[in-house]
Amino acid sequence: MAPDPKKTGGEKDVIIRIRGLVTGFGSKIVHDHVDLDVYRGEVLGVVGGSGTGKSVLLRTIIGLNKPREGTIEVFGKRTGYAEGSRMRALEVRWGILFQEGALFSSQTVAENIQVPLREYTSMSQELMDEIAAMKIAMVGLPPDAAGKYPSELSGGMKKRAGLARALALDPELLFLDEPTSGLDPISANQFDQLIAELQESLGLTVFMVTHDLDSLSAICDRIAVLVDKKIKTGTIAEFRKDTTPWIHDYFSGPRGHAALAG
Amino acid sequence: MVSIENTAEPAAWFKLERNVFRAGGRWTIAESARLDQQLQKLEVGKAQALTIDGSKIEKLDSTGAWLLLRTARALEAAGHQISSFDVPERYGALIRNIDRDDKPEPRRRRRGPRMRPSIYRLYRIGKATVDAGKQAWRMLGYLGRVTVETGEMIAAPRKNLRLAAMINQVEETGISALPIVGLLAFLIGVVVAYQGADQLKRFGAEVFTINLLGVGVLRELGGLVTAIVVAGRSGSAFTAHLGTMRVNQEIDAMQTMGLDTVDTLVLPRIIGLVISLPLLTFFADIMGIVGGATMCYFQLGIDIPSFMRQLNEAISVSTLMVGLIKAPVFAFVISLVGCYEGFQVERNAASVGLLTTKSVVESVFLVIVLDAAFSIMFSVLGI
Repeated sequence: MAPDPKKTGGEKDVIIRIRGLVTGFGSKIVHDHVDLDVYRGEVLGVVGGSGTGKSVLLRTIIGLNKPREGTIEVFGKRTGYAEGSRMRALEVRWGILFQEGALFSSQTVAENIQVPLREYTSMSQELMDEIAAMKIAMVGLPPDAAGKYPSELSGGMKKRAGLARALALDPELLFLDEPTSGLDPISANQFDQLIAELQESLGLTVFMVTHDLDSLSAICDRIAVLVDKKIKTGTIAEFRKDTTPWIHDYFSGPRGHAALAG
Repeated sequence: MVSIENTAEPAAWFKLERNVFRAGGRWTIAESARLDQQLQKLEVGKAQALTIDGSKIEKLDSTGAWLLLRTARALEAAGHQISSFDVPERYGALIRNIDRDDKPEPRRRRRGPRMRPSIYRLYRIGKATVDAGKQAWRMLGYLGRVTVETGEMIAAPRKNLRLAAMINQVEETGISALPIVGLLAFLIGVVVAYQGADQLKRFGAEVFTINLLGVGVLRELGGLVTAIVVAGRSGSAFTAHLGTMRVNQEIDAMQTMGLDTVDTLVLPRIIGLVISLPLLTFFADIMGIVGGATMCYFQLGIDIPSFMRQLNEAISVSTLMVGLIKAPVFAFVISLVGCYEGFQVERNAASVGLLTTKSVVESVFLVIVLDAAFSIMFSVLGI
C-alpha cells in the first residue's frame, strides 16, 4: 500500500493539525487547549523555556504520550488514540531523530538503518546494504561508519546515524528533538545545513524542537513558541516585536541579537 | 505483519529500448523490492550510446533515485555511453544529493578466526580456559583491593562508614527476601522428611527421619538454598544496578568527585549481605525444621513433643554453627562477584544483561564449590 495524500485542498496542505490539546502529569497541566498547524514542506521550529513541554508535545504527536483532551491529526488521521496497525501505518510515514540518537547499541550503524527496512519491506540483503550505504553518505558520514557500533561514534556522528535511520523508509515528515544540542558550533552549523539540504531534496516536512537560535534563523520557515501553556506561532521578525516577557527575552536578549544579526 | 510495499499492480515501470532507457510511474520505496528484482535481470545488450529518460516518473524518493542511479552506473560499467539523464525538474536536487562518488562499503562482519571445525572446537576450549584463568586472576586482584579498603575502613571507621547505605542493603537483601527464602526452606524440609521417611520405613527406622532432617537442613541445605536464592536475587541486582550506573556515567561522575566507588558502592553491599545472609540462613533453618515437623506429624504420626525430643538428641549447637559459619563466606563471595561484574559493564544495553547472567552463574558456582570445600575441611577436622 503506497499512501498518497493528494488532498491538496485549495490552500496550504496541513500535515499535522492539533486542536484543543491538553496534556499533563498528575495535577500539573503542561499544555492547556493548544492549537497548531504544520504545513507540507515547511520547517517548523518549536522553542520554549525548560519545562514548558516541547518534548512532551513531540512525544504526544508521535503517540508516546496520551493526551488528556483534544485531537491530533497527522496526514489527516488521528493519533494519540490510534492503536496497533493503524498507528503502524502512520509510523512508517514519519521518521524521528531522538536527542541522543537512540541507536540500538548491539547493532552496527548499517544494521540500525536496516531495521525498519527489514521490518516493513521485502528488500534483498544486497539492496538493503546499498540503501544503508546511500543513507550514510546522504547524512555526511564516512563510508566506514557502516560497520561501526554506536559506542565507537562521537556525539555528532551518532546524531547523523540516527538521522540516517530516521530517513530509512523515505518518510514525508521528520521529527527532530534538539538536533544540534551537544554539538560544537561548527558541527551544529553543518547539521543545520544538512537538514536544510535534505529537506529540500527529499521534500520533507520538518518538526524540530530546538534551543538553538542559530538553527531557528538559519533553517526554520516558521516558529512555534511555547509560553504559559499556550502556543504562539509566527516568524522571527514577528516575535522580535512581541512584548510577552519570555519571548522578548528570548529573541531580543544578547544571544538573540547575536544569532539574528546576520 | 505491516508492510509498506505495494502488493497490488506494479506502479513503476522501466524498459530498455534501442538507445534509450525509459522509466516512469512511482519509483518509491513501496515499489523498490520488485523494481530491484526486475532491474537485476535487465539485459544490458551491446555497448552503444544511451540516454536515460525518467521524465515519465510521477514520484521519486531516495530509494527509487538510488535504484535509477545504480542502473545507470551498471549500464555505464557494461560499456554504454550515457549522454543524458533526465528526471522531472523537482527531483533534480534529490538526484544530485544521492549521486556521489563513494561506493557502498562491502558488507563486513566480524568473525572469529577461520579454521577447521575440529581445530576450532579445540581453540574454543583453550580460549575459554585462558579466559577463566584471567578472570580468576582479576577477581583475586579485586578481592585484594576490597580487603585493603575494608582494612582502611576499620582503621578509620567514623570517616568511611556508610551506615545508612548498609542498613538499606540489609533491608533489601535480607528482610525483603524473607518470604521467598522461608517458603523454599519449608518446602525443602517437607521434601527431605517425605523422602527420608519413605526410605527409612523399610528398615523400621522412621524415627531417624528426624536425624536426617536435622543434620541435613542445619548443616547443608538451609545455608545452600538461601545462598543460591540470594545469589539469584541480590547478586544479580548488584550487577544490574552498578552496571546501569556505569552506562549512565554515574560511576565516572562519582570518581571525578573524589568518591571512592569501592567505599561508597561496594562495601555497603558486601557488609550488608554479610550481615543479612547468616540471619536469613538461620530463618531458613527454622522454616526447614518446621516443614519437616509438619511432614512427620501428618506422614509418620510423630507429634511435636516427640519430634523435639528426637531432634534434641540428633543435633547439637555445633551442627547449627557448622551451617551458619559458612553463610558470611557465601555472602562475601556473592556480593564480591556481583559488584565486580557490575563494574565490568560496557556502555551498552546488551552488556548489562550479559554480565548479570555471568554474575549469577559465577556466584552460584562458587557457592557450591565453597560448600564442597567446607565439607571436606570439616570432615578432616572431625567436626
